[in-house]
Formats: sequence, structure tokens, C-alpha cells
Amino acid sequence: MKRKRVLVLGPLSVRVRPRSLTVGIALLAAIVVLTVVAVMAGDYPLTIGQTLAALFSAGDDPLAQFFVQGQRLPRVVCAVLVGLALACSGAIFQPLAGNPLGSPDIIGFTVGAATGALVQITLFDGGPAATALGAVLGGFGTALVVYLLAWRSGLAGFRLVLVGIGVAAVLQGVNSLLVVRASLTAAQTAAQWLAGSFNTSTWSDVAITALALAVLVPAAVVLSRPLGAMTMGDEAAIGIGIRVEPTRLALVIVGVALVSVATAAAGPIAFVALAAPQLARRLTGAPGVGMIAAGLMGAMLVLASDLVAQRLFAPTQLPVGVVTGSLGGLYLIWVLTREWRRNA
Amino acid sequence: MSATVSEQSGPRVRARDVTIGYADRAVVSGLDVAIPTGELTVIIGPNACGKSTLLRGLARMLPTRAGVVELDGAPIGSYPAKEIARRLGMLPQSPIAPDGIVVEDLVARGRYPHQGLLRQWTPQDDDAVAGALERAGVADLATRPVDELSGGQRQRVWIAMALAQQTPILFLDEPTTYLDIAHQVEVLDLARSLQRDGFTVVVVLHELNLAFRYATHLVVMKAGAIVAEGAVADVVTPELIEEVYGLPCRLVTDPETGTPLVVPKASTR
Repeated sequence: MKRKRVLVLGPLSVRVRPRSLTVGIALLAAIVVLTVVAVMAGDYPLTIGQTLAALFSAGDDPLAQFFVQGQRLPRVVCAVLVGLALACSGAIFQPLAGNPLGSPDIIGFTVGAATGALVQITLFDGGPAATALGAVLGGFGTALVVYLLAWRSGLAGFRLVLVGIGVAAVLQGVNSLLVVRASLTAAQTAAQWLAGSFNTSTWSDVAITALALAVLVPAAVVLSRPLGAMTMGDEAAIGIGIRVEPTRLALVIVGVALVSVATAAAGPIAFVALAAPQLARRLTGAPGVGMIAAGLMGAMLVLASDLVAQRLFAPTQLPVGVVTGSLGGLYLIWVLTREWRRNA
Repeated sequence: MSATVSEQSGPRVRARDVTIGYADRAVVSGLDVAIPTGELTVIIGPNACGKSTLLRGLARMLPTRAGVVELDGAPIGSYPAKEIARRLGMLPQSPIAPDGIVVEDLVARGRYPHQGLLRQWTPQDDDAVAGALERAGVADLATRPVDELSGGQRQRVWIAMALAQQTPILFLDEPTTYLDIAHQVEVLDLARSLQRDGFTVVVVLHELNLAFRYATHLVVMKAGAIVAEGAVADVVTPELIEEVYGLPCRLVTDPETGTPLVVPKASTR
């Protein structure tokens, strides 16, 4: 079998690897299946027929319609969007840092977005919109601080990771302090938000997130080509005609925006940004950044994790962040041992 | 064809009164140089003399703090980034092969300046990659991971990537460092065959005897300035070597090529 084919579609002419295509289709199929399962499952279980009827408002079961359209579907769509955003953000920062640990949840951007949100919840008693705005501001503020601290006439990946871990630890402390100092109700809201969950996702959350991603994800896909070339070092990238500094700035802005939007929608969900791009790469075996495969992998992971979080101890609902956190912890141990072995 | 072209056309790359360096210190200052078209120019000089800095400055990898670098008569900064990369290819000193990448995928990246947002890959790109692999003598390695190759093979793969760019001008920054003598000769033979096919090639080298053997145009640098320039036979003298390197030496004739060989004087200590 040929390893790649050229696909021509009007002005579009791209090279497609059959293996990457297969992986992409398989991930899409998994997302569809998980979506159907997630919409059917719950304390008010539905059959496929009932689900479809409720979906198109055709059935005579108003309760089914309420659960499917009002509760389960927005939750599922939100999980898919958040997973997509987190994974794309990870797929941007890991190659930029030149290190699989250089993902936004490790280097403090997710924690910083949480700090921004917590400030809104605990100090200003802000509603969902203010909380989301706080998360975005927190994410960008943290990114700025981490980059300024890590910058020494150029950006060394390992430095970025270490500085980021330090900043994350400090912000983690700030977050705890904010929760401890808050009033009881605010603290409860904050704790719930901090665990990361889709329990309260509504169509308006979906709409805002989808709107942001409609801009950010295509930008990430376009930028992933020069990003892949920049992993050869700045000079080699300049040599083949990449404007390295403006491209890097654009990547940082898009990457921070992605993780901030995701955090604003669902709270800090750990490890998806870290694991999804690596897992996708392992499956496709493709040499580039693989933004699309990473995004699909992230969507699939968050959707599956949320399903587990909902159903594992039903009717008790776990926050999805607990599930991704436990899975991600195992993954992190694996990455670290691999890195050590390689460097040893 | 190359000979007549090079006689008729002026230099395609030239620097006028350039100062190049890092944040706090200029490595090269007030320097003028023209890269003769169709020649194999070799830049030599002691460590930290600014030869790599000059090459990086000419290839817009370092900004010029004063003066201007011209490509085909216009300031290099006035061209779009991809347009420069279609005219001038550069192999930097220590490029990084992405984890697990195979040779043909790495070489394919040289096609970037010929591709667009929608036109990401065309059959022309396939041909250019195949041609570059063939030319650099690495066609049989096409599907091998770059990490598994020897130093000499890897260097030829990087040169293949630069060749896939299909630029008439090619810069190689110390391409023989870390290579044994056989692989050094192999890389320089490739550089010479490219020059004979009409490429304008510029190489920064440490190894003097190889520089004298391969250069059709020699640039000798010391402390950020050019101290001599021209054909090897006209430029190289024991006095020049001693002045530039501080090494008393004799020159003997290379029995293979008739070019000079540096023989350091026996130490009196």
C-alpha cells in the first residue's frame, strides 16, 4: 500500500495518509457512538427509537424530549467541544515547548484560567458569563507571566516547562486560598467549578464555545503546518520560508485562547491537553503536528470520561475532571518514565 | 552553462556595510561582501571570527543591526519569507529532526515555500523530493527513520531537504562538523557537483586543507572582518595563515590536486 495519496478537490490539493484517514474516521465513529450512548443513558433510560424521536421532537414523550434536548444533548456537545479545544491547545504547546510535558495543563495555563474564574466567583460573586470572562483573562495573564519568566533571548522548551510548573504550583495555592476565604455558598460553587464538570452545561454554553472554536480551530489547523516545521529549530524553519516570530506569537494566542475557552465552559479539566495529541500521534504515526487527529482524540476522551463520570456511581455524578485526572495520572507516569529512559 | 552565466551576471547575494550580531555585541561590523554567482565560495577563519554569523546574516537568520543584505538587487527584508526561500536555501548548523520522522517526510518539508494554504501537495512536489533524494544520494534511505542514520547520512538528508527547495543559491553552515574525513569529503564532493551544475554554493568550513581543495572562491575572516578574498592560488600564503590563525606554518602542494596543504611548523617548545 502506498503510504500517502494526493487528494485534489477544486483548488485544494493535499496529501493524505491512508492510516491518518483511517484513524480520523475511527475516532469520528467512536464520537458518534458515544454521543448516542450518552444521550440514551441516564436515570431515565431511552431506546434508540425513543431517543431519535425525542431528538426530532417527533415522539409523544415530553419527558424524553426534555432530557434529550434540554439536558443530555447540550452536555454531550459541550464535552465534544471542550475536548476538541483542549487537545488542539495541547497540540500547539507541546511542539512549541519541544517537550510532551509542555502542555497547558502542566505549565499553569489551565490553573491560571481557574484562578481568573475563582476570583470572579469568590470575590465578585460573578455569574457564569463573568466566570467565563475571568477564566479567559486568567489564562492569558498566566501565559504572559510564564513566557516573561521563561524568556532568555529565546524560548527553551525545558525552561518553559519548569517555570510553568512553578507558576502552576503558586496559582494552585492562590486557588485554595480563594476557596478557603470565600463565603460558604461561593466556596461551594467554586469547589464544584474547580472539579470540572458538564453537569450544568446549557445550550448557551454550547453556543458561546462553538462560536469561539469556529475561529480558533481553523486557525490552529492552518498554523499547524508552520508549527510542524518549527520543530526543526528556528533556523531551519526560517530557511524554508517561515516567519518564525509572528507565527509563534499567533500560535501562543490561539493556544491560550483555546484552553481558556475550554476552561471557561467546563472548569479545569486536566490531562486531556497533555495526553490527546500524544495518543493521536501514536495512532496515526504521522510526522507533523496532526491537529485534526489530536482534536478528535480529545473530543472522544472527554466524551468517554464524562460518560464514565455520569454512570460509574449513578445516580451519584462524578465531575468529569476526576475521571480525566485519574486516567491522566497514569498516562503522566508513563510519559515520565519514557522520558527518563530516553534521557538516561 | 554555469560558467557563462556566472561571468555575465553579477552577485545575487551581497552585503553592504552590514553589522550583524546578538543583543549586546556586534560580531561582524561594517562589512561588505559579494557572493559570486555560480562559484563554490568557502568562508574560513578561526573560531568566533564571525564566519557563521556572516552566513546567518546573509540568509536573514540574524537581523542586520546596520547596513543591508541584498538578494537579487533588493533588500532581502523586502521579499516575502517564502519568496526568499524559493531563491536561497540554507542548511543550518544543528537542525533538529522531529521525533521518529522518516527521511522522505523530512525532505518533503523543503517543499514548504512552494506550497500554499490550499495547494499543500502536488505531483511536482513528489518529483522535487524524489530528485533531491537522488541527488543527495539518499534515495535508498527514503523510508528509514532519520534518528537511525549515521552522521554522514543524516547530513546528506538535510542537504536533500535544502535541495527539495529547488533554490539556485545554497548555503551550508559547517556541514562537515562531527563527520569523519570520508564523510567530509563526501559532503564537499556533493557541494562541488552542485556548483558545477550551476548552483551558487557558500560553505562555512573549519578544515583548511579541504577548504583550499574545494573552494573556487575563498573568503578569509578574522575578528569580524574579511582579510582576504579571491581564488585560493592568489590568496593563500603562509603569512596569511599565520596572521589569521597565529600559527607559524609551511604550505606544501597537495599531490592529488595541486592545492595548498597547511603544515604547522614543529613547535620549538
